[in-house]
Amino acid sequence: MASYESPIREPLILGDKNYKQITTDIVRSTEGVPPKLWFLAITIAGSLAAFYFFCVAWTVYYGIGVWNLNKTVGWAYDITNFVWWVGIGHAGTLISAVLLLFRQKWRTGINRAAEAMTIFAVICAAQFPGIHMGRPWMAFFIFPYPNSRGPLWPNFQSPLMWDVFAISTYFTVSLLFWYSGLLPDFATIRDRSKGKIRKAIYNALSFGWRGEAKHWQRFESLALILAGISTPLVLSVHTIVSFDFATSVIPGWHTTIFPPYFVAGAIFSGFAMVLTLMLITRKVLKLEDYITIAHIEAMNKIILLTGSIVGIAYITELFMAWYSGFIYEWFAFYNRALGPMAWAYWIMMTCNVISPQFFWIKNLRRNLYLTFFLSITVNIGMWFERFVIIVTSLYRDYLPSSWVDYYPSWVEVGIYVGTIGLFFTLFLLFARGFPVIAIAEVKSILKSSGSQARVKQKAKDEATAKGGYSEGLDLSGAHHDVKEN
Amino acid sequence: MDKYIVGLYDDEEVLLTAVKKVKQAGFHIHEVVTPFPVHGLDDALGLKPSRLHTVGFAGGATGLTIALSFMIWATAVDYPIIYGGKPFLSLPSYIPITFEFTVLLTAISMVVAFFIRCGLSISAKPKIYDERTTDYLFGLAIKVTADTSQDDYARINETFTNTGVAEIKVRDFDDDKK
Repeated sequence: MASYESPIREPLILGDKNYKQITTDIVRSTEGVPPKLWFLAITIAGSLAAFYFFCVAWTVYYGIGVWNLNKTVGWAYDITNFVWWVGIGHAGTLISAVLLLFRQKWRTGINRAAEAMTIFAVICAAQFPGIHMGRPWMAFFIFPYPNSRGPLWPNFQSPLMWDVFAISTYFTVSLLFWYSGLLPDFATIRDRSKGKIRKAIYNALSFGWRGEAKHWQRFESLALILAGISTPLVLSVHTIVSFDFATSVIPGWHTTIFPPYFVAGAIFSGFAMVLTLMLITRKVLKLEDYITIAHIEAMNKIILLTGSIVGIAYITELFMAWYSGFIYEWFAFYNRALGPMAWAYWIMMTCNVISPQFFWIKNLRRNLYLTFFLSITVNIGMWFERFVIIVTSLYRDYLPSSWVDYYPSWVEVGIYVGTIGLFFTLFLLFARGFPVIAIAEVKSILKSSGSQARVKQKAKDEATAKGGYSEGLDLSGAHHDVKEN
Repeated sequence: MDKYIVGLYDDEEVLLTAVKKVKQAGFHIHEVVTPFPVHGLDDALGLKPSRLHTVGFAGGATGLTIALSFMIWATAVDYPIIYGGKPFLSLPSYIPITFEFTVLLTAISMVVAFFIRCGLSISAKPKIYDERTTDYLFGLAIKVTADTSQDDYARINETFTNTGVAEIKVRDFDDDKK
């Protein structure tokens, strides 16, 4: 708060707000009877989620044979969806951790919902390795526990084993980070509640938070360190996911560019999903004053940056396949771009490389309709990226007699669509019962980044420029001389 | 006796000056409760820096040691198997799990320490001076005892009033038990 902020900077909280108004605006969505639209949405999402469980039960009952995998394409839809969901789950922690370290104030409006989205996306992602084991009740085999087989330990040198640790750590740390940030806001809801039961529930959820000065000090210390360790964690998770492919010897996978390229792609798709959700949330919950066009523009800039990194990675990969002079590598890429599944490659190229380039133009970055459309386009493109990497590297292998076509069975599609239902069910429940914006954090930037703060700062700057003494205008909150005594 | 005089302020800057003035007037500030972290309050109250990061470091060091030593023991000592022609003890391939486990234990130990030190629990019955202090008011509580004279009450009230308080209230937690 003690820093000077230029009045030219766009405000991050619009309208004439005070602390009380901020609480009312954000908590409103958790009070009263949910609107009809919410019931409609959760019915649709819930039905899809139910269909997901049906398809999983079908798979477990009949076996993995109900999927259209074969001996050439042994990995396809499930791993595509796994990587897609994990990628989406990267924006939340990036927003809350990296932007916290960089002291980007615009994170306060969107971090809560983005982190929630991260957690739900990782939950969806974690389904796939579980299901594709075929016997999910044996999932505990992946953990190193003393067993009667030797004990035979899991292979700690395998990237799949690294994945187990990366995903479970990422999920746990994201959950702890998100939940510790929620405590003060649950306390706010608790103290506004009238009903006894509601009060008791939110008191339990807030773990009895009171906002004592020493607790806030610890709270901030915790947030800072968690942000500090989450930053390399975010980068490590998708790096390790990319190792699943990069450490193999399949042409098209065996590439050193994979880790940075996967991380950029993950942030790219994660921000696209945040935008899709935020554009709907701000409209439906009437939070346009807190999730402003400035926030959306900032996210679009990240989409442009990461989208361009992904584009460069695609081209580098293609160039290296040719330049390496390795015929199998070159065949894999030639076949991707011009073979029978070239349509998937070109969908990927169009959605991921061309579409974000619109965001070089300021007016387009600030256009909500285009942003919404492109955010969905990017997620379609990023799904195809994983599909292209996985399926088109496998379906035409070294032996032409084993070349096959791959298309998913209804069960595979059902599981995929079902996880989207699961994701939205969780998100809708979150939007109903949880504060979707970090109330305490938004309040803490009101005096430096609210619209009134900008007006006051401008008046003060003008008075100073005239050489006048700005008494009576010093309301900006920029002055906090704590050490005066 | 669990009784407090609470000055409720509606602005964090007014609160900060009030904290200093109340301290200067010689009163012991029992607690300050705010709806969001107020920067400068730690200094004004003279709070020591949090030692939570030390817990985090200890947790991280434990995680690193456990992960690395366990993997070395399991793959090179307890049950050596050749995977992909690599040596039994191949440190580079232990890096990812070691890193993840370090981060995991750092996070868990810090969060657990945070909950314990702040006395947060699912069944907590927090002492709330005023329900608006998680919303838009900032509370400054001074504990009163049996020794507190009417004169002291008057002086506390006066100090609060002089520092631009929005509301003064007496909160007796013994009343809640009746």
